[in-house]
Amino acid sequence: MLSSLPLVSIPDEDEALRPAIRNFLTDTLGPRPRHELARSWVAFDADFSRSLAAMGWVGLTFPKEYGGGGRSPFARFVLAEELLNAGAPVYAHWIADRQSGPLILKYGTEAQKNFYLPKICKGEAFFCIGMSEPGAGSDLASVRSKATRTDKGWLLNGHKIWTSGALHADYMVALVRTSGAPEDRNAGLSQVIIDMSLPGIDVRPIRDLAGDSHFNEVFFDNVELADDALVGTEGGGWHQVTSELAFERSGPERIYSSILLLDGWLSFLKSKPDVDDASILLLGHFAASLAVLRSMSLAITDLLVRGENPATEAALVKDLGTELEQAIPTLIADALAVSPDDEVPDHLLKALVYISQMAPTFSLRGGTREILRGIIARGLGLR
Amino acid sequence: MTDNILAEAFDRLLTEHCPPSQVRETESGGTSDLLWQEIEQSGFLDAMVPEDNGGAGLGLADVFPLALLCGRHAVPVPVIQTMVGRAALASAGQDVPSGIIALASGKPSTTTDGQIVCRQVIFGRDADWLVVPKEEGWQLLPTEEATILPAGSHDGLTVNMSWPKRPAGTLNITDVCDWQATGAALTATLMAGAMERILEMTVAFSNERSQFGRPIGKFQAVQQLASVMAEQVFAARMAAETGFADNATQLDPMLAALAKARTSEAAVSVCAHAHAVHGAIGATEELDLQLFTRRLHEWRTAFGGESFWFRRIGEAVLASDNNRILDDIRGILSV
Repeated sequence: MLSSLPLVSIPDEDEALRPAIRNFLTDTLGPRPRHELARSWVAFDADFSRSLAAMGWVGLTFPKEYGGGGRSPFARFVLAEELLNAGAPVYAHWIADRQSGPLILKYGTEAQKNFYLPKICKGEAFFCIGMSEPGAGSDLASVRSKATRTDKGWLLNGHKIWTSGALHADYMVALVRTSGAPEDRNAGLSQVIIDMSLPGIDVRPIRDLAGDSHFNEVFFDNVELADDALVGTEGGGWHQVTSELAFERSGPERIYSSILLLDGWLSFLKSKPDVDDASILLLGHFAASLAVLRSMSLAITDLLVRGENPATEAALVKDLGTELEQAIPTLIADALAVSPDDEVPDHLLKALVYISQMAPTFSLRGGTREILRGIIARGLGLR
Repeated sequence: MTDNILAEAFDRLLTEHCPPSQVRETESGGTSDLLWQEIEQSGFLDAMVPEDNGGAGLGLADVFPLALLCGRHAVPVPVIQTMVGRAALASAGQDVPSGIIALASGKPSTTTDGQIVCRQVIFGRDADWLVVPKEEGWQLLPTEEATILPAGSHDGLTVNMSWPKRPAGTLNITDVCDWQATGAALTATLMAGAMERILEMTVAFSNERSQFGRPIGKFQAVQQLASVMAEQVFAARMAAETGFADNATQLDPMLAALAKARTSEAAVSVCAHAHAVHGAIGATEELDLQLFTRRLHEWRTAFGGESFWFRRIGEAVLASDNNRILDDIRGILSV
């Protein structure tokens, strides 16, 4: 059985970061249409990420000796919360900051840490994550991309898909097979860092239903990787990936995917002379759900600070978070349509359309709802 | 750590003196006198009474684990209500009378012939005193001369109470206390405790009960139900703890709103899923599950259901000057 989540507050020294971040974002972003802001963490803007890095806000939790800020995960929570609530275009540096950097910090050699981490902190190394393949979605252990030992390093062949940001990324951390066969499941898998400028790599954008191309297909045709491309231990890839996914699932981005729409609807309600009772109830419902989810997300942060591995708890918060993220567009659409004659601002409708279209992906990325619930059940002691 | 020692002692007391058989006996009209005597003698009832008045001077956050335990053990007497009532009386400079204190769910109504009526009083049957809110301040009504009638559920603990006129011995307290919010937050903690308990029962049952040759917990469909339950239980517990987080004796009405709204919402699917997993045996008198799910349905609506409190929160958010809902959450809906 899982123990309950602790009720914690953000420490004062971390909360103190908030005004400076908010001022910076107001100055840097300027006025932008809401449906553009709503794309926040799938929006790639290298200049923005570099200006954020110049403030010391990329790699905020990395040790100072590698160019990081040396701050606690609570400081990153405040930073992430402000970025996402402002609708900042964060995708360029997000994966490196959240996942690849911490992975290298935990499993990388000293040389790898010295090479990659300072670059990440300066906004000079953007990462993507190569996990899914055409035949390996939820069943991640069945990846077939293969890195074979050579005299000089590794020879990589294979095919990744749904790789967000791959078109612009400088590096990919990929889960590949380094020994055995697909039947060996999670044995024989390793993680390699791939320089995306190497010959033999072909990146093909995939257009999504909202007209954007943030995810991609990536083909590897006899790509020669150096010996030090391996990160962590050979054959230890599965264990590394699952602990990395706990980070991916624990952050505040798992509760704020629809926040720009919610805030847009709130300002629309505030502009009306009368607000109907159902909308007031719905607003209260959203606020209460979000407040509790935020406390749960802070609890996960606290467990990470204490050095625990809250993989099951993170899955639980993510599943509950995406449920709210998906309910927001569904219920706001209906609330607006209660009075079809109301003049709803264009920017709000565009944000609604965008979030409604993308909402199904909220419970896919980082592990599908069904997979997460399997993880929770195991954590509860079922199976 | 103090609260852990307290909670462990209280848990032992309830395990020994409030087993499901005691709960059933009380519900079926039997006495809870022995249970109450044990609780009274343990000193827990004065946990929140100021130290100067002979109590332990604990705050809401300190007694939160005790309130959860009352829910976990389906305690058939208003322990946490009496605890808070005694503290409120002592803080108002009143002598604290002995006996069981229940909370009225709202202001009493007065009939045309002058009767005072309090409806749907939870744990009212065995109460010696009833806290009743007024326009200004509140009153403590003795129940000795009250007419007490069961109000619905067959267990008979929730009652309608009436008096021909204001009874002698009524205590008038002028201090302001938001008893609706207090009752809501107290009930939310009981609900969170009860929901934790039925999640454990459901997981245990899923591993024990076999169908198609294996424990039903091995089926993905059942795993999904248990996972959704767990999510709701964890959210409910977090909300309830937030309602009790301020370590004062008076709670924050907006946090109480959050606590009651979210636990009431959670109770619906937690009860439904627990019964779905248990099947027909879950609907029997014999299985303990019903001790908790019957209470949860009753507590869900007591002191205002989820929509009542969602509206309060919605009104507050709409009235604020913030442009972002995050700032309302950080401001009025966080500890």
